[in-house]
Amino acid sequence: MLSMIRTLWYVLLHMFHKRVTVQYPEEKPYLAPRYRGRIILSLDPDGGERCVACYLCAAACPVDCIALQATEDATGRRYPEFFRINFSRCIFCGFCEEACPTYAIQLTPDFEMSEYQRPNLVYEKKDLLINGPGKYPGYNFWRVSGVQIGGKDKGEAEHEGRPVDLHSLLP
Amino acid sequence: MATVYVDNRAYEMDGEQNLLQGCLQLGMDLPYFCWHPAMGSVGACRQCAVKQFKDEKDQHGRIVMACMTPAAEGTRISIRDPEAVEFRKAIIEGLMINHPHDCPVCDEGGECHLQDMTVMTGHNYRRYTFEKRTFRNQYLGPFLNHEMNRCIQCYRCVRFYREYAGGNDFNAFALRNIVFFGRDRDGVLENEFAGNLVEVCPTGVFTDATLKRHYTRKWDLRMAPSICVHCGLGCNITAAERYGMLRRLVNRYHGEVNGYFLCDRGRFGYEFVNSERRIRQPLLEGKAVSKEDALTRLRELASGSVIGIGSPRASLESNFALRSLVGENRFYAGISGAESRLWKLMLAILRDGPARTPSLRETEACDAVFILGEDVTNISPRMALSLRQSVRRQPMEIVEQLHIPEWMDHAVREAVQEKKGPLFIASVSATRLDDIAAHTYRAAPDDLARLGFAVAHALNSDAPEPAGLPESVRALAGKIAGALKAAKHPLIVSGPSLAGAAIIQAAANIAWALPGTKLAFTAPEANSTGLAMMEAPAFDAAQADAADTVIILENDLARRFPASEMEQFLARFRHVVVLEYLENATTAKAELVLPAATFAEAAGSLVNNEGRVQRFFPALAPSPPVQESWRWLGSWNEFDDLAAALASAMPQLAAVTQAAPSASFRMTGAKVPREPHRYSGRTAMLANISVHEPKPPADPNSPLAFSMEGSPDQPPGALQPFFWTPGWNSIQAVNKFQEEIAGALRQGDPGVRILEGGGSNPGFFDVIPAAFEPRADEWLLVPLYHIFGSEELSRYAPAVSQLAPHAYVALNPRDAEKFGDEVELLGQRVPLTKVAEIPPGVAGVPAGVPPFAGFGFPMWSKIARLP
Amino acid sequence: MTSPYPIVAIIGILVVALTLAAGLIWVERRLLALWQDRYGPNRVGPFGLLQVLADMIKIFFKEDWIPPFADKVVFIVAPAVIVVTVLMSFAVLPIAPGIIISDLNVGLLFVLGMSSLGVYSVVLAGWSSDNKYALLGGLRAAAQMMSYEVFMGLALMGVVLLAGSFNLTEIVAAQRHVWFVVPQFLGFILFLIAGVAETRRLPFDLPEAESELIAGFHSEYSGMKFGMFFVGEYLGVILISCLITILFFGGWLGPVLPPVVWFLIKMMFFICFFILLRAALPRPRFDQLMSWGWKVMLPLALANLLVTGAVALAWRS
Repeated sequence: MLSMIRTLWYVLLHMFHKRVTVQYPEEKPYLAPRYRGRIILSLDPDGGERCVACYLCAAACPVDCIALQATEDATGRRYPEFFRINFSRCIFCGFCEEACPTYAIQLTPDFEMSEYQRPNLVYEKKDLLINGPGKYPGYNFWRVSGVQIGGKDKGEAEHEGRPVDLHSLLP
Repeated sequence: MATVYVDNRAYEMDGEQNLLQGCLQLGMDLPYFCWHPAMGSVGACRQCAVKQFKDEKDQHGRIVMACMTPAAEGTRISIRDPEAVEFRKAIIEGLMINHPHDCPVCDEGGECHLQDMTVMTGHNYRRYTFEKRTFRNQYLGPFLNHEMNRCIQCYRCVRFYREYAGGNDFNAFALRNIVFFGRDRDGVLENEFAGNLVEVCPTGVFTDATLKRHYTRKWDLRMAPSICVHCGLGCNITAAERYGMLRRLVNRYHGEVNGYFLCDRGRFGYEFVNSERRIRQPLLEGKAVSKEDALTRLRELASGSVIGIGSPRASLESNFALRSLVGENRFYAGISGAESRLWKLMLAILRDGPARTPSLRETEACDAVFILGEDVTNISPRMALSLRQSVRRQPMEIVEQLHIPEWMDHAVREAVQEKKGPLFIASVSATRLDDIAAHTYRAAPDDLARLGFAVAHALNSDAPEPAGLPESVRALAGKIAGALKAAKHPLIVSGPSLAGAAIIQAAANIAWALPGTKLAFTAPEANSTGLAMMEAPAFDAAQADAADTVIILENDLARRFPASEMEQFLARFRHVVVLEYLENATTAKAELVLPAATFAEAAGSLVNNEGRVQRFFPALAPSPPVQESWRWLGSWNEFDDLAAALASAMPQLAAVTQAAPSASFRMTGAKVPREPHRYSGRTAMLANISVHEPKPPADPNSPLAFSMEGSPDQPPGALQPFFWTPGWNSIQAVNKFQEEIAGALRQGDPGVRILEGGGSNPGFFDVIPAAFEPRADEWLLVPLYHIFGSEELSRYAPAVSQLAPHAYVALNPRDAEKFGDEVELLGQRVPLTKVAEIPPGVAGVPAGVPPFAGFGFPMWSKIARLP
Repeated sequence: MTSPYPIVAIIGILVVALTLAAGLIWVERRLLALWQDRYGPNRVGPFGLLQVLADMIKIFFKEDWIPPFADKVVFIVAPAVIVVTVLMSFAVLPIAPGIIISDLNVGLLFVLGMSSLGVYSVVLAGWSSDNKYALLGGLRAAAQMMSYEVFMGLALMGVVLLAGSFNLTEIVAAQRHVWFVVPQFLGFILFLIAGVAETRRLPFDLPEAESELIAGFHSEYSGMKFGMFFVGEYLGVILISCLITILFFGGWLGPVLPPVVWFLIKMMFFICFFILLRAALPRPRFDQLMSWGWKVMLPLALANLLVTGAVALAWRS
């Protein structure tokens, strides 16, 4: 009984506490750089599309709101033919970013994406691509990966030796 | 059975087998790379290391390779031993030293055995900081993509390609840590089974180049059990769809038919389904009309005087639906009279004769083979791969004497060396099996038949003897007969490819002359056998049938008639209705064209060359107005009703209802999901069209669901949409779906055999053709088959058509001397090729290749010299 | 001492009570927010006052859906019952001298009777919904009312004894010297607790416990029928606050300010106290609630009556 009265008293005292509510449209909250908001696709430091259409983001997505189709340019560089995120389904869990092996897909501190029409929440590649590397400035998947693309021959990736000469008989 | 102790628990294993196979069969997870159930063990990768102990007191043990150690009685091993675990991890680490950092762009990713094994052993961090060795890739043709950097040197590819499939333009090159697997220079891989490297390679060195053009991960594919339609062997395949497009085919293990391997035509011919020539709208006099209008018109026409022409590439159900629509007496099989007579003959031989027709697995177990008239590799290719294994049977006696277990592949091959079992080939021209043949014989079709009759006579003097046989041929016949007689499981292979009843009769005579001989016929089209079993008259008989309307089912008459005759035939009817998937010469002449569903969009049953009824299921959801032919033609709502009607109307095909479980089949109350549980993008795939996700398409015709929801249990083999078990994402997961490794699937291999033979000898055939006489100014045109090009549907697949030949005429070099580089044949200008194997007086023409596709070969014709 | 203009009084009290009930929605949300360090509705109109209007518009336009499996007539009648019974009670409340609709001589009994009738609303709503959660809610409500009404009445008998009348006006008048809260402190506490239980407010909202009964007896209600329950609950809060004011805190009595203002101030204080209870206290288990009612409160109420009676008797004699 006494504890209940004490509870009442303490709750009453909250009248004089500072309110924690942020008056959002007038007052912008602080969003950490790793806040999980609107999803973007980034470019690598050389200005190429980072996404290699590996489908890992789509597989990781718990609400299956990412759909894409892989294709290749003439030099063998793989990229998504289309890349679609249905933000009316997205739960901003960030699994896609964690799954992404190339840092292409990233979540940004932007959550102001309300729409009056649901179709407007379906973002295509042109809506997702930004003109920069986003949170991870240095990384370029193609410099590490051992496949050949335009401008990078076999053996030119990091930690790679020159292609071997098969006709050499030297031990 | 032997008792083997694994981690101190007793298990029963097959004592004839190795420990790796034994462990895998018991469901244990033991990583491996170089072992393959069809190719045995060589111990090259050192991945399946386990610790073996002398007895229960032995505390130290020693590391052995499970794949190289027999599962002998009382063997004690430990998989979980820390040293063995560490060893396996170290092996993977070593293999991964040079592996490129490219899983995201590797087509194998997600179904990669190397990925699975790396996860299984727990290796996850690359400590090696020096440079990776790199290779340059090769162009290997339109089917395969080469990415040598990914190689882990397990040698499976070269073992399959050279030793199993008999190719010789592919090898392991160089030495030490720079072993390279490829050709000596860029070029198309010659072997017809090279496509299997996609599945044989444990990682992404060889990947499907056709898939690469519309790449999709395995987990994103909607898959269904299907049957290959590119020849009559009925190989089981998994058809896979994404975004409404057929993306690829992979092998679907069947213990009796295709086993682990497919031919390249079957694997890469699927792209005709996505062809731009697909008919997707009903066409009335060339204009697209609605489905309702098309159906109204069809009903109008069908109510009049109408005949139907079936097809050897349409399912039993579609043929039956047409037969029901037009009436039993006015339904004609869609093959020429000559072909129809052959099929009637072959069917009678298989059904009523004493010889059993073998499945491909039985073919592999045969130890003496006589191929009479067929170029098996180019007609029913997968059978050639089985025949290639059969020549290994007889030398296995040496292996047995040396007490080498058969799975110990390298030792077996060392012991056998180049010794081969007897395989005789009698054919018109060179075949792709000549390299393993003990003897080849080239002659005109009639002479081939005479050799056959001579062999039969040599085996059994009751069989008639051809008169006036040259001594050399008589000696050859004696040699063949001797080899067959000496064998435990002799086999005769023949078929309808040379359109010679005499050849087939000769083959039957041999099989009947030597009791216990098996008799296999090739089948050129997916449902050739099934159509023959419907016992409809050939459409030559339709010439006499006065009708207003003809309904042609999935059949291009331009491949059955020369162009002028086809025109005459069709001109006899006021209305021509065609059900077809691809635009062709027949649809161009039709008043009403109805878009029919291909094998990838329809359910149906096919009968393969051994008389096995098998069911295929759609991988693509229906896309109206395209629908199954039987749906256009009949009023059956459900497949099972149709199958039941078919079974009751034709008792010889009653087994069609047992080919697969009916649509009401459920496992723990649920359907079988076509999509893996990781299937992605459901809420985004169609979001650009509508954000409201549509319901997954219903499939009332089968126990399979067009979604990822359903029972997680293993369905019966006939319903198995894909092979996957936890930790085994690659096709190697099939180990967990078999009763015993490389044996039957759990719950039995799919399909029902309906041609068992076993009758009594109805008496030998005694009409022996006269010996072939070359003519002075005419040549006997015989069809030369091409794996890529002779079959109709695969010609529309871009990758296959790239390898398809253009029309030519092949002559013996001596005959060819009279002509220049080009000649005129049947009113066409064609290049002339000199082929030494072609007998004089005979001219080879590519079968199924325009403009000669419709002619009934063999036939006599003049070859005109061009000025 | 009935009002000379009964119609005016009826309309006046009706308007004030209903407006207050609606306004309480806003007050409650703001106060709860205040005690939870939030703002509450502050966007619609000045201080968010028009939120009430917005909510009303919303609730009027909501689909008024009767489940096909429900007992239709009872389902419709149930929410009306609660509003009617509570409003009837207001008829006998003396707000200030002259502001009373009917100065009944058994006013207190009338109020108790009406509140007993009110429970039918909840029970019938729970029963007619034909939904197991609603039925459980209704059952709980019935049990709770039975238990708590017993000592609610008994707790008030002390006041009646002291005032010597059931007439509420006279009870107020009897407090001219000392508010009954002083001699009847135990009675006040008992009545306060019973009052909370009677209005099914937290911590005694077991009939509609969201977490276990998904809104209990009004699970199936939507639109304005749900609104009736909502308004009924707030009217109940006002009624109990008024009764506490009248019975224990001298009603309109007070210096300087006009009587109505005194009455309203006292009443508002108790309304706020009700909201504070909701903000601060957790919900007990149902068996705890029942054993409390029967094993603690009832004996206390009896003892209080006994002692008060004895004292009163001794005083007079």
